[in-house]
Amino acid sequence: MMANIVALLTGLIFGFGLAISGMTHTEIVLGFLDVDGQWNPSLLFVLGGAVSVTLAGFFLIRKLPKPVLASAFLVSEATSIDRPLVIGSALFGIGWGISGYCPGPAIALLAAPNWELWVFLPAMLSGYLLNWYLMVRQVADNGESTPKSPQSGQPTCG
Amino acid sequence: MSVNILANALFGGVLIGGAAVLFFWLNGRIAGVSSVIVGLLLGKERLWPALFLFGIVAGAALYYALGGSAPAPRNNFPVWLLALAGLSVGFGTALARGCTSGHGVCGLGRLSLRSLVATLTFLGVGLLTTFVVRHLFGVI
Repeated sequence: MMANIVALLTGLIFGFGLAISGMTHTEIVLGFLDVDGQWNPSLLFVLGGAVSVTLAGFFLIRKLPKPVLASAFLVSEATSIDRPLVIGSALFGIGWGISGYCPGPAIALLAAPNWELWVFLPAMLSGYLLNWYLMVRQVADNGESTPKSPQSGQPTCG
Repeated sequence: MSVNILANALFGGVLIGGAAVLFFWLNGRIAGVSSVIVGLLLGKERLWPALFLFGIVAGAALYYALGGSAPAPRNNFPVWLLALAGLSVGFGTALARGCTSGHGVCGLGRLSLRSLVATLTFLGVGLLTTFVVRHLFGVI
């Protein structure tokens, strides 16, 4: 119960931060990525501000035996720099560089939707499902048992 | 470039980082938006991902309601290109297991080498792509 309330409230802070930071405005995001135009360093300030806080916060939290409302910290144990990581990040960079949207702002924009969102968001969700479908097929082709759900095994992020 | 825009960017970044730290400290999870979306679509626990994403929408709505400017759409932007971009963002962040929040904000914060490689890759490819799309193909 408490963990669900925390998810809602931290999401709220996260979304407010995304909106005030300007990251839901594609002209600000692309103003950063477009070094040949009128360069806008906003994105660097957003990332710099956020990472300063997570660096300090995670450093302190890592000393704790467990999180306040759960039995253990769920962090990816993966360490290898593999092809899915690099190819996936490159594909993300292509879509981001074209559109100016990354997943967080695409969700936040549901608060003020326009025609761009109604094209981008369903396409993005299809991308997640396509990846899942290909993963299931690959596992089936390898003759293994049913694939793990994204949350039953390693957390999928970070 | 107004100072105000950069101050808001920095403040927004601190809020995003603060939310990620709170979420990790209290719930023990990484606040990576792409992973949360995958959790909502395909995971076993769907309530907290739904609440987290709903919170993001509500937080942005609050900012716009308080007078913050909502973005205006680009009316001449090709629809097919936007759809292709969306597909590429969804597929790519699922494959890389993280996006700007999971690898960028959280991964760099916990000194993950994988996340550093991911962040440099999507930033570098993003810069290159924007140059090609805007200056070689003239799409703004």
